[in-house]
Amino acid sequence: MALREGALRFNLLVNSRHFYKFISFIGVRSVSDKVSSKPVTSGDPETAGDHLIYSQEHFALKESLRKIIDQEINPHVDQWEAEGKFPAHKIFKILGSAGFLGVSKPVEYGGLGLDFTYSVAVAEELGNIRCGGIPMAIGVQSDMATPALARFGSAELKKEFLLPSIMGDKVACLGVSEVGAGSDVSSIKTKAVREGDEYVINGGKMWTTSGTQADWICLLANTSDGPPHRNKSLFCLPMNLPGVHVARKIDKLGMWSSDTAELFFDDVRVPCKNIIGQEGMGFTYQMLQFQEERLWAVANILTMMDNIIQETIQYTRQRKIFKQPVLYHQSVHFRLAELQTEVELLRSLLYRATALYIKGNDVTRLASMAKLKGAAWPGKWVTAVSSFGEEWASPVTFWSADFTEIPG
Amino acid sequence: MSGRVLVGVKRVIDYAVKIRVKPDNSSVVTDGVKHSMNPFCEIAVEEAVKMKEKKLIKEVVAVSCGPQQAQETIRTALAMGADRGIHVEVTGKDYETLGPLQISKIMAALAKKEEAQLIILGKQAIDDDCNQTGQMTAALLDWPQGTFASEVSLEGDKIKVVREVDGGLETIKINVPAVITADLRLNTPRYATLPNIMKAKKKKIANMKPADLGVDITSRLEVLRVDEPPQRQAGVKVETVEDLVSKLKEAGLV
Repeated sequence: MALREGALRFNLLVNSRHFYKFISFIGVRSVSDKVSSKPVTSGDPETAGDHLIYSQEHFALKESLRKIIDQEINPHVDQWEAEGKFPAHKIFKILGSAGFLGVSKPVEYGGLGLDFTYSVAVAEELGNIRCGGIPMAIGVQSDMATPALARFGSAELKKEFLLPSIMGDKVACLGVSEVGAGSDVSSIKTKAVREGDEYVINGGKMWTTSGTQADWICLLANTSDGPPHRNKSLFCLPMNLPGVHVARKIDKLGMWSSDTAELFFDDVRVPCKNIIGQEGMGFTYQMLQFQEERLWAVANILTMMDNIIQETIQYTRQRKIFKQPVLYHQSVHFRLAELQTEVELLRSLLYRATALYIKGNDVTRLASMAKLKGAAWPGKWVTAVSSFGEEWASPVTFWSADFTEIPG
Repeated sequence: MSGRVLVGVKRVIDYAVKIRVKPDNSSVVTDGVKHSMNPFCEIAVEEAVKMKEKKLIKEVVAVSCGPQQAQETIRTALAMGADRGIHVEVTGKDYETLGPLQISKIMAALAKKEEAQLIILGKQAIDDDCNQTGQMTAALLDWPQGTFASEVSLEGDKIKVVREVDGGLETIKINVPAVITADLRLNTPRYATLPNIMKAKKKKIANMKPADLGVDITSRLEVLRVDEPPQRQAGVKVETVEDLVSKLKEAGLV
């Protein structure tokens, strides 16, 4: 018996070197049954000095945002997931007042004017929210519905829509995808026809995140009959205009706390001045920000993967098969070590792409690769842990439903 | 009163972390463990910043004693609204034996040097639970103290403090200068907003050593051993009251 136990401990010792960093606080020589101290997230070392893209301020930002998440968001996630909606106005106001919705936006409109590394830091920290829906909605508000407006919108338009969105007073949504046009943005059918000093909009949008709660929508519509990449424009459309219908809230496989809407536009009249930038440039504007969207999504997912791995370790430590914790079995150890390694690899790619991006380089290739890798995980993940992730109550299956795909 | 407030902030192991004792039972594991500002110190900072916003005081100075990392804690205070910081550098063995008496001596020396009108501290730290620093500091300075404060209001050259005591609430009026220690319900600390975090970068943190203040930090205490609390033994579930009574009788308790 003693020999077997000794052999087991030796096994553990050998395997524990695979993820040394996590074992370091348990003590290499023996793995205690007790739940150990929360490890420092592998992404941030204690001192800012050596980090690739983060400074002292980035870490302070993350800490402050983490407090908000722990106090205002996470305690209510289960309830909001059950209700299929989270209170966007309330949460965005809290985040907006603390400055987290306009990190890279112009200072004149309430933003911080900081570079993209700060947006990545925010995205990473939002991964600590215990669901996928809310970070996604926040991402739409801060980095998907507003970049084109911030860059190309008129001063008047920015004052009416950008400023309140950054402050968290108005909820934004992005209307691009349609029933017949998801990946193929150029084939959208919604039309905006010029009549005097107004545009009349007809059509519909699908899968609009926060669509049932939004105050305004950043809408992509066809404004002429020209070539599909040059005949579209972006509009700032208040959602309370006559003719705007929120047809239904869509029930989804995951992301429950984020309300997703199907919208219809019936002869909606909007002033000409509500067009963002130049008519015909909508498609280009929309495509321009994909680098940021993708890097943002990857940063978000990385923290979630870290947390999932940690939760799995906790879970497998107490669930027993063949009279001992699942975690103690070699193959499980190996699998977790591999998964954690992949997380670190993707994190390195993220930081590299970000570092290049803020110096003015085009990182479409790297950003797309990062997104490709990140999006492939959930499927792999469920296979890897299916033996211990089957019940709905298990956090792993729950989260894998949220990440069947990364939009954008 | 339009003076200067000193706020002491301590860097401790984060409240959410599960503590582990080192294998040699000398202390708890701190390497690689998440640290943050002591929650009661956060409340102290918030109170000081609120006073400044009400224009009752002129300047908030955040003080922390410890190694290089203590500067992070000071920066958090600056991001909450403190004007400048003082980092009293204490490292290695000295830091391990640093306790309320030495901190009080340092705070007292700083209070004199900075001509502070008020010192606000957290009532206790969540790592050692000493609840001594505020009281000792007041004694060393011969200043009045308002400890376990759940409400503080400045009235002319006096301070009214509502204290949470075992029997309920006690209201006292003390002269300025004074030492206040913050209790849980004094206020709700604000989130450090991103604009303030960026502004904090420009705020100054002065560096000094205890010797510069003429303070001797040798400890008069020696920690002999640190142990985890004994493991809770499993209980026994019984079905009926009769079972319960018979089990209690068996154990000789009834």
